[in-house]
Amino acid sequence: MGPEPADMVTLKIPRPLYERLKQLIEGTGFRSVTEFAIYVLRDLSSNPAAAAGEQEDKEAVSRMTVAELKAIRDRLKELGYL
Amino acid sequence: MIPPHGGKLLDCTVSGAEREKLAQDADRMPQIPLTQRELADLEMIACGAMSPLKGFMTEADYRSVVDTMRLTNGLVWSIPVVFSAKTKEQQGLKPGAQVALVDDAGHALAVMALESRYEVDPDYEAQMVLRTTDDGHPGVQYLKSISPVYLGGDIRLIRHPEHRDFARYRLEPKETRVLFDAKGWKRIAAFQTRNPIHRAHEYLQKCVMEFTDGLLIHPLVGETKGDDIPADVRMRCYEALLEKYYQRDRVVLSVFPAAMRYGGPREAIFHALVRKNYGCTHFIVGRDHAGVGDYYGTYDAHTIFGEFEPEEIDITPLFFDHAFYCKRCGNMATAKTCPHDKEDHVFLSGRKVRQMLLEGKMPPPEFTRPEVAEILGESARKGQ
Repeated sequence: MGPEPADMVTLKIPRPLYERLKQLIEGTGFRSVTEFAIYVLRDLSSNPAAAAGEQEDKEAVSRMTVAELKAIRDRLKELGYL
Repeated sequence: MIPPHGGKLLDCTVSGAEREKLAQDADRMPQIPLTQRELADLEMIACGAMSPLKGFMTEADYRSVVDTMRLTNGLVWSIPVVFSAKTKEQQGLKPGAQVALVDDAGHALAVMALESRYEVDPDYEAQMVLRTTDDGHPGVQYLKSISPVYLGGDIRLIRHPEHRDFARYRLEPKETRVLFDAKGWKRIAAFQTRNPIHRAHEYLQKCVMEFTDGLLIHPLVGETKGDDIPADVRMRCYEALLEKYYQRDRVVLSVFPAAMRYGGPREAIFHALVRKNYGCTHFIVGRDHAGVGDYYGTYDAHTIFGEFEPEEIDITPLFFDHAFYCKRCGNMATAKTCPHDKEDHVFLSGRKVRQMLLEGKMPPPEFTRPEVAEILGESARKGQ
């Protein structure tokens, strides 16, 4: 048996996204967009670092090689920004 | 730091052996010239300023954006970013082809993997995006000047566009992000402008600087309509003003390479989303943002943000009313803060300012700083 309604809350998502998700789950075994959303959100929240956009962005910055970062910093210094 | 739109800052440039190979291949591909607007868009797509776009829009994304202000993946995106076929031959290109996008000098700047070729109704696009089909609107004029057959697909940049101007002010999103991080700024407001800076703009900027860590002044230097003040004149005004009246450690002046679409409310959303990619957390939206003539209501560019959930836009819009100097208050103000009549307010129309400058008269210092008036006056007298 699923959770009681009192244990659930409503999340709002844009309708076009909802429609797209509906198409996406066709034939996948997910019975509804809600079920799919819960699955994805649980998966994301089990890995908080990846779920946090801030962290993702930090990772993007850290994905720069040391040489790339140095080149950017050097340019910013040369231009007088740093 | 604020995540880019769609979560990832894209980089569509290629380098090393891949670039060499693609550059050689490009010589044998159909060559399609870029308009000035397309060139600006290409540059912004390539450096991630238009993330999550990886190229010029396919038909599905184009129609979704025109009709719903969203990409097919549901992300908010308010204006079409498209590439037009210029000749009958190009209009006959088939999806699957690779085409070279070339600049005025014939240099291949990028390769597009053609995914979609489609014909549009320029009047429909104009009505939906610009809210008018009037030929007097510069955005409508542009739409009617290009082919209605668009080519869409991901791009790979093989050569950076050449710029002879503002070299020291050109920063890509990855660079502004590193800069803000290095400065330790968490809350950064962006100010978009295509007009010379008057006291009203300075007031908005300084209000925002009071509660943010830093300000990115980001003048648009892409294509504008003929009677707008040229970008180099506007930049000189900013340089003069920053030197004397701003806390320099708290301001970054850099140029925004986009072309102006004069799309009012929809362009305001676009300007905000793109500044998020540059790492800004707040975006200043003044009166008639990105407007022209009387095509938009004074605050249409404010109300359009209400059509989306805040987290969908993510960057925080900061709405400002029309600002002026009030002689009775003895300071800059807006109708939100000043109780006095219009007679007490110092405000001049753009036309009136131009007239004064041409006649060698200086606008009052309550309206324009003398340093700025001098630069604008000199430019007006030279016929710029």
